[in-house]
Amino acid sequence: MQFMLLFSRQGKLRLQKWYVPLSDKEKKKITRELVQTVLARKPKMCSFLEWRDLKVVYKRYASLYFCCAIENQDNELITLEIIHRYVELLDKYFGSVCELDIIFNFEKAYFILDEFLLGGEAQDTSKKNVLKAIEQADLLAEENRPRQFFFSLLS
Amino acid sequence: MSDVVEKTLSALPSLLSLDSQAGAGKLSPSSKLGNLIKGITELTSKHEEETLIKKELESIKEQVASPNTTMRQMKEIMVRAIYCEMLGYQASFSYIHAIKLAQQGSVLEKRVGYLAVSLFLNETDEFLLLLVNTVLKDLQSTNLIEVCMALTVVSQMFPKDMIPAILPVVEEKLTHPKEIIRRKAVLALYKFYLIAPNQVQHIHSKFRKALCDKDPGVMTASLHIYLQLIKENPESYKDLTGSMVTILRQVVGGKLPLDFNYHSVPAPWLQIQLLRILAYLGKEDQGTSEMMYDVLEESLRRAEMNHNITYAILFECVKTIYTVHPKSQLLEKAAECIGNFVLSPKINLKYLGLKALTYVVQQDANLALPHQMTIIECLDHSDVIIKRETLELLFRITNAQNVTVIVEKMLEFLRLTYNVWFIQTMNSVFSLGGDVMQPDIPNNFLRLLAEGVDNVEDRQLRLFAVDSYVSLLQGETAKLPQRFLQVISWVLGEYSYLREEESDPGSVMRLLARLLDQRHTSTETRSWVLGAMTKLCSSPVYTAIYWQNLHCYSTERHWLYKTKCLSSLFKLYLTTLIFEVDLIISCLSWLWCCFIPQVDSSLSFLDGYVSDALAAGAAPYKSPHQRQEDLVQEKALSLEPYGLSLPVSLSSCSITDRRSPTLLSMSSGLSGNSTELSHQEGSTTLKLEGVKRVWGKDGYLAQQQSAGETPTPLVELPSPLLSPQSPPSQKPSSGLEPDQEKRQLASSLFVGLGSHNSVCLVRLPSTVWLFIKNCQSANQSNVVKSLFKPFYINSCQSALHNLLDSTTVASEGGAATTTTPQQTSQRTLDHTTSNGNPHVEGTEQRVEAGGPLSLIRGNGMVAVVPPRDLPLTSHLPAELSGLARSEFTPLCSDQDSSLALSACRVYKEDALVLLVFISNNNDSALHQMVLQLTCKELEVYIFQTGLNNKVPLFFSEIPVGRSRNQDRNTRVSSNRDLEKPRIFCESFRNFCSPPLTVSTGDYGKMWLSFSHDLKQNLRLVTTEHQEPLTATLDALKGKLHLHVVDIIGSEGIVACRLLQGPGQGQPCLLHCRVHADSLAVWLRSPVPELPDSLLYHCQKALTET
Repeated sequence: MQFMLLFSRQGKLRLQKWYVPLSDKEKKKITRELVQTVLARKPKMCSFLEWRDLKVVYKRYASLYFCCAIENQDNELITLEIIHRYVELLDKYFGSVCELDIIFNFEKAYFILDEFLLGGEAQDTSKKNVLKAIEQADLLAEENRPRQFFFSLLS
Repeated sequence: MSDVVEKTLSALPSLLSLDSQAGAGKLSPSSKLGNLIKGITELTSKHEEETLIKKELESIKEQVASPNTTMRQMKEIMVRAIYCEMLGYQASFSYIHAIKLAQQGSVLEKRVGYLAVSLFLNETDEFLLLLVNTVLKDLQSTNLIEVCMALTVVSQMFPKDMIPAILPVVEEKLTHPKEIIRRKAVLALYKFYLIAPNQVQHIHSKFRKALCDKDPGVMTASLHIYLQLIKENPESYKDLTGSMVTILRQVVGGKLPLDFNYHSVPAPWLQIQLLRILAYLGKEDQGTSEMMYDVLEESLRRAEMNHNITYAILFECVKTIYTVHPKSQLLEKAAECIGNFVLSPKINLKYLGLKALTYVVQQDANLALPHQMTIIECLDHSDVIIKRETLELLFRITNAQNVTVIVEKMLEFLRLTYNVWFIQTMNSVFSLGGDVMQPDIPNNFLRLLAEGVDNVEDRQLRLFAVDSYVSLLQGETAKLPQRFLQVISWVLGEYSYLREEESDPGSVMRLLARLLDQRHTSTETRSWVLGAMTKLCSSPVYTAIYWQNLHCYSTERHWLYKTKCLSSLFKLYLTTLIFEVDLIISCLSWLWCCFIPQVDSSLSFLDGYVSDALAAGAAPYKSPHQRQEDLVQEKALSLEPYGLSLPVSLSSCSITDRRSPTLLSMSSGLSGNSTELSHQEGSTTLKLEGVKRVWGKDGYLAQQQSAGETPTPLVELPSPLLSPQSPPSQKPSSGLEPDQEKRQLASSLFVGLGSHNSVCLVRLPSTVWLFIKNCQSANQSNVVKSLFKPFYINSCQSALHNLLDSTTVASEGGAATTTTPQQTSQRTLDHTTSNGNPHVEGTEQRVEAGGPLSLIRGNGMVAVVPPRDLPLTSHLPAELSGLARSEFTPLCSDQDSSLALSACRVYKEDALVLLVFISNNNDSALHQMVLQLTCKELEVYIFQTGLNNKVPLFFSEIPVGRSRNQDRNTRVSSNRDLEKPRIFCESFRNFCSPPLTVSTGDYGKMWLSFSHDLKQNLRLVTTEHQEPLTATLDALKGKLHLHVVDIIGSEGIVACRLLQGPGQGQPCLLHCRVHADSLAVWLRSPVPELPDSLLYHCQKALTET
């Protein structure tokens, strides 16, 4: 996988993860074009795009678009399932995830993503393992710093 | 689960748009990030956002620089910086602080620090060097979380040159007791391998260890490395095939822990990875491939169609099967699988189906054949991606025969997408194709330019066209085809205004004027040029040039100029009125000397010219709109910007090549029985629909409609407007047209695929007629004297197809014969040779064979050449081989004996069987043949065997049983006890006997699963005491032995199956509906050519009734 983008229906970027080295300028350009292209597609159209020399797989969950760029020989359907698994992980972690969770806790979303995909490859596809790893880190973090969680989620 | 997500997520937009407070509920009021996000959501403009973020960044900058900022605060600041970066604002000043945070922070802070680093930096960034020590320290930490974090950042980015510094530590981690560490270490090494393969060369043995790790996660991770290694050098890793196969077998067999299941499918990621590895290993290696056949088959079998993830596995499986050394049984199964994709209603699967097809047709183009109609539908799909994939597929099956159609389809696609490329390509197409191309190509091109809203894109396209034409015209124009010049003039006339006026405004006008002056410019083109100049003269600068030219050319004699000049003058008059007063004066004076003295209402000054023209064969005067219609028809390019080519485009979709009996009969009905036309309201309306489509412009529609209402048959008046391009046969009832168009498209796209005639939806009109005659002078107890009379072998050449042999065996009444040949059955045969030369000369040979001894008589030459490669006995059908029979009698053959006819009789208990052998001694295969057996008194059953063989064999059965026409039989066989045997001419038994008995439910299922269909209208049989539908179906049942499944109201369903031949036992389903006074029949079958032939027989059967 070359990169993963999450953006809203309004075209606002919510998350970006690049697995290939690109300059900021290129990243911005790609993001802009891709967001435009994907948003212009109608719901009945297929989830795949041949875009430049990449293949783009995207899926919409409510108001959020998850969008992955993969190499040409990669399997599109399994990429769709990677997206789905990621949403499942987020859902499990946040408990009925919504876009707001991702907006306000985007760094958590990044941590989960890093635990799931490493260097663009599916690292651990077991839901349990991923979440266990995240929770361990969270737990350790809290031991080290009692209270003062970054966001007081419960207030 | 996903439903839950979606439900929850769907509540979100309202929350966001209504009140950002809802979101803030999750954040502490003091959270700066929360405030920032909240602030941004409340903003309305991009400008406001910029100001806000700038302010935010200023404050961040201040804080990071302050020595009092704690690591905890720094972490929060870093998150805000990440947020700003995500919004697209640079926060480069914070990069160094991110590294600092990773270095100095506690675990949670470190985590954010590493995250910020991985988001901010590239692996080429020099900042990363500062991170190396931190990473090294963390790798050696006793805290697992820290090790994990270090490995995570290493596998995302690490400076290439610094790999040796940490490699030993990472290597060490391969033996770590925790599988999560091992897994991350493997992935880090994978990353190292990708960026610097040489650095990790020495640890390949450790990869093997990882492959054998007891934790499936670690093993999966190691496959990433192996995929890469094997892809680059499959030869060195052949020994791993066995292990890979074993792993896959275990995975597929569900041996992995349930944790690895995804939606109850065992480790799909792992499966796909393994399948890809196997593909690389087995490619072009039979031995290795053989090791994996079993497991591949099992994967195919286990992956039941229930979820996207299984489709993902299936897709990979199909790809692997088609990549490794082929095994036919597996290939078949895989091909079946592709069918599931292609036929799926889910668009994603359809896309992958097309992709899989694209992949596999490279090996076997025939695999695309079962999906012709789906492919055609996908060509018109609204999703560009699907369209493009379809074109890709077509590109793979391009051959010499369908290349033009496919290229046309591709251009069609391109003209929707790439402007500049499109114009350039069209330019070269026009320059090269020039005047030989179909008129509708330039026509469509102009329409494309003219259509569309006036947005920036359209304007750019037009402007680019104009610019490219101007530069073309500035060069050498003598070689440009006339049609291209016409296109150029039209475009320049319409869109020159788009050019910026900074260049010489008169240049276009002068270029056009130059065209007028050139000798090679044809009259027609000149009129186009003049038209363009007229359009341009709205600008005063142009007018002067225009004026000169008009002056010159108005003196020309050609009427086209005259009319053009007249209209030009009128327009000029109007425009110059507005612009230039002094020009008007010269204009008017010119007008005066040209026209004013001669003005009279009857235009008598044209009389001489008109009579000249009429004498020279010109058409009589037509009103302007008639003339325009004519122009559209004749010149193909209209001067109107819109409504360009209605009739032409219709003629382009005519069913030219297709042999469609119904259409032919319809056309003959229209021309031949024209007087009946007005009386048959039903048929009139039908035909008028067609007419409407052709002449749907201006007044013609009304005229035609009135023809349908009034008894005066206006349609039949020989109207000059009915151009020869649009014979009535092009107007089938409108409902059928799109489908036929598709079929025709299919046949033109898929022509040249496959080796036998199943592909050839467009029949070649070539026939072999075989007349069997019954002779009264029977000399033996058994009966028949068959006269095989002349064997006409004609040859004709077709431009499209190599050769059509029309071989006719006609019959002629012998001396004692009282009967006349009557056509009862027909089958089609095409005889094509591979070398492209007609190998059957146009000679006529007369061969007679008669009597039990097969006397060969006749006054002409007799060419009896027994087919080589005999014995024919070997071709005797099994059930006849044991019976008494006559000698094989060669009947006739063509000159070089490539095609020979011989016969023998076999005496069955209840019938006399006449076997007719048609042997093809040539090397080329017979593709189609039409065999016609004609007999008035005998009924002939034709059985056909081995169409695929080189020696097709027909045999007819002459039953000795009861006859139908008792009176006639007694007459002809009065001197015998034995009844006159009859040869039943029932070739269709061949197809449809015994009837296929299915229930309505089964019928429905079968209907959906068949891909080849055909729609046609048939005439209804009317009887006094029966419903027309029932009567028709009964007639079909009686004649063709079809099985009537059910009749409900005005609809009936019928089934049958093919008895013999290549698709033996294959069913064909008919759906019939009474529509007005015809029967709309829809046929479907898995065999491509079956509906067509069945339809033909139905038509024939109904005509005879």
